[in-house]
Amino acid sequence: MEKSIAGQKGDKVRSDCYIEITSKRLGGIKLDIKSKVEVMYGESIKTTILEMCDFFELKHAEILVEDYGALPSTLMARFELAVKRLNPKIEKEFLPTFNKKNKYKTSKDKLRRSRLYLPGNEPKFYPNAGLHKPDGIILDLEDSVAPTEKDAAQLIVRNSLRAIDFYGSERMVRINQFPQGLDDLKYIVPHNVHVILIPKVETAEQIIQVEEKVNELKLASKIKDDIFFMPIIESALGVINAYSIATASKYNCALAIGLEDYTADIGTQRTNEGKESFYARASLVNAAKAAGIQAIDTVFSDVNDMEGLRDSVIEAKGLGFEGKGCIHPRQIQVVHDAFAPTQIEIEKAQKIVIAFEEAKAKGIGVVSIGSKMIDAPVVKRAHNTIKLAKLNGLI
Amino acid sequence: MKLVKNAAGRLVPTEVNGEIVIPYKGVNKHKPTGNKIGAPIKSCADYPLDGNKVVKNLREALKKAGLKNGMTISTHHHLRNGDVLTNILFDTIKSMGVKNIRWYPSASFPVHEHLIQYLNDGTIHHIEGSMNGPLGRYTTEGKMKGVGVLRSHGGRYQSIQDGEVHVDIAVIATPTADPFGNATGDRGKSACGLLGFALADSEYADNVIVVTDNLIPFPCSPWQIQGNNVDYVVELESLGDPSKIVSGTTEVTKSPDRLLIAEYVAQFLEISGILKDGFSFQAGAGGTNLAFALFLKEKMIEKNIKARFIRGGSTKYLVQMLEEGLTDYILDGQTFDLEGVRSMRENDGHLNTSPFTSYNFHGKGNFASQIDAVVLGATEVDLNFNANVVTHSDGYLLHGIGGWQNCMFGKTVILAIPSFRDRIPVIVDEVTTLVAPGELVDVIVTERGIAINPKRKDLLKAVKGSNLPIKTIKEIYNEVNEICGGKPAKPKVNKEEVVAIIKWVDGTVLDSVFKVEK
Repeated sequence: MEKSIAGQKGDKVRSDCYIEITSKRLGGIKLDIKSKVEVMYGESIKTTILEMCDFFELKHAEILVEDYGALPSTLMARFELAVKRLNPKIEKEFLPTFNKKNKYKTSKDKLRRSRLYLPGNEPKFYPNAGLHKPDGIILDLEDSVAPTEKDAAQLIVRNSLRAIDFYGSERMVRINQFPQGLDDLKYIVPHNVHVILIPKVETAEQIIQVEEKVNELKLASKIKDDIFFMPIIESALGVINAYSIATASKYNCALAIGLEDYTADIGTQRTNEGKESFYARASLVNAAKAAGIQAIDTVFSDVNDMEGLRDSVIEAKGLGFEGKGCIHPRQIQVVHDAFAPTQIEIEKAQKIVIAFEEAKAKGIGVVSIGSKMIDAPVVKRAHNTIKLAKLNGLI
Repeated sequence: MKLVKNAAGRLVPTEVNGEIVIPYKGVNKHKPTGNKIGAPIKSCADYPLDGNKVVKNLREALKKAGLKNGMTISTHHHLRNGDVLTNILFDTIKSMGVKNIRWYPSASFPVHEHLIQYLNDGTIHHIEGSMNGPLGRYTTEGKMKGVGVLRSHGGRYQSIQDGEVHVDIAVIATPTADPFGNATGDRGKSACGLLGFALADSEYADNVIVVTDNLIPFPCSPWQIQGNNVDYVVELESLGDPSKIVSGTTEVTKSPDRLLIAEYVAQFLEISGILKDGFSFQAGAGGTNLAFALFLKEKMIEKNIKARFIRGGSTKYLVQMLEEGLTDYILDGQTFDLEGVRSMRENDGHLNTSPFTSYNFHGKGNFASQIDAVVLGATEVDLNFNANVVTHSDGYLLHGIGGWQNCMFGKTVILAIPSFRDRIPVIVDEVTTLVAPGELVDVIVTERGIAINPKRKDLLKAVKGSNLPIKTIKEIYNEVNEICGGKPAKPKVNKEEVVAIIKWVDGTVLDSVFKVEK
């Protein structure tokens, strides 16, 4: 007789469940369901579990389900985990229906001002995350997941990519460090992940490894859409190699910096002033821009300090960063507002665009405003400024 | 039990606990005639000329008041979950061997789980008031001897005034009182703020007992309860647990989803044009409601707008708005924190109201209908905007009605609710229990969008073209069902067995709560 468990239990657990399977030689399936939503969804839970027993050819077992209002995709992930922990040889996957609202694509130069980190083993945060309108939602398989629950998070993230509506936010996943990170890929690549965040990157080789594995998985599951990478630089070596990392793959859309690990690596501590990381951040911005991709700043970790967040975004914008990590939905609007162009920037951008259009209409090659010459990158930046201004409802 | 279909299409009894009741006829359809009842005439010759009505204990007071089997005893919920007096009261009644009491509280709290033993042993026959938490579970499982009756705060006043409920003995907890019976709630170690819920009982009950843990020499000033209505005064060591009577401080929700809802409500008021100088609103003390008031405050400061009055459970947030000059008045219906209590003592603009002034449906008008925007919660709302606040989707009674039904007469009624809680849909096809007819509910604000009742064409027009996430209620309903994994099943109930009825504000029966089958 063997037993496996999965999920979470306790008074504080919400939108999750706890599963215990004890395998038996005989006696068929004995199901014991205790659910907070017994009246509304007791039958539905029972049907799902029995269907999954059938799918995984589980014939004789005692099954305990303690349910705290887990959504169907969570229930399925937890039960699949319990089955697979009981029998690690099982490879087939029980996939929830792919939500048709999740079929949208992304592009390499999409706005990435805000990206909201959600812990990979806490499905309760998922269904409403997109309502707060971050540019991207990151389901995190790395630091926010306990080492013993990596397998749990893989299934939760896979099922959530399929079933949970992201409401148009870019669909991101942060994988683990290698080799675990390479194993993570098969749970996300076939399920319309848009951007893979690769942590603690120090060499171009790591990006190439990810690209190869992703290509292999894309081929196997007939995925045609581009999947982009956002390497996260979190060490002194990574900073030195930033440019070669940034240019390692055409699928790189941005470089991000992670300062907690970086400051530890150089043997100091993070300060609000940030002198200790100035070199790293400036280097990263420079490397990203040289490679023609976005530069994305670290997270701001004090969720109660909105003024501090605003200042930090304005400072980051000044350095050339185009995005900031968020760990709480209330930070999103503040980040968007702070990245919004100022009135002066908007007016200047409008002048540039008008001057450029006029010059083009007249067939003049060289555009200038007053004594200043305007070249193509300036026009592109002006267009971006106007796009941002429109997004923020400023024009 | 014989059931008929009322005007809302709900099955209701015509007789409850041996008394004839009138099925709901529609909004503003039932207008009884005749006179209000009166309290018995008494002579001051029978009361101590020195004004000292203090008797030695509760038992003595109950004895003098002529306590006997089958009487109606009323209590009030201004001590909230810190109320120890009501539990002591029924311990005393039990020790006197009296049975079959109709307990008539203005609301019950989890602390009253203590009374289940007296429901079991027949000391209490049934409850008319609210059946929260453990008492709700007990009632819904069909364990109470009589049928529960749920009324709004206004309906409670109406039922006493109209003579539907005859209160034999009112026991009023008062944080400060004098020996004559003048009493107030705004000071004393058990200070709770307003005593408005006890007003009707003090005016109409045959016998009124004031119980205090802070007896001061005559006169107690100001007085919220008038000593001339009081028969006996009892001094107790303690009325209850002060930390549960009022919160030291009420806190705004930290849930990002609830904050989003609150933000949408404030934006809605702004864009619809309801937010304008001299406007009024009602905000409760729930986390979402507090947050809404704060978002609204930002907009008021930004646009230099001042409210004429705010009605509400008063909290430090409303007090700040009063003291910062953002409103002329707080119309206090219930005081939730220590800052509210302080403001009641100190601010001229902090007015004490009562269910009579704010809510009574059989009066010459009331305050509730004059409020521009009312923001409330709900346990369920259905596709016809019908709303529920007493049962959950599993069929169990969990909350009282409070002033919720009465507030439905505000000019714009907004229900600020999550579209689902964990896996429990809040937007449903049909409410489990009908507590407010959909025609009175104007706007539903959820984290997934805002649904406006199609009959409010003016509001629909006002927000057209705005960036508010306006949806139909059906759209939100479909979205929620998709997230939760299909339409939720309904509870299995015994349609033969009514365990409680829901009264409408006019005293008619709006709906029944049925016994839940295990």
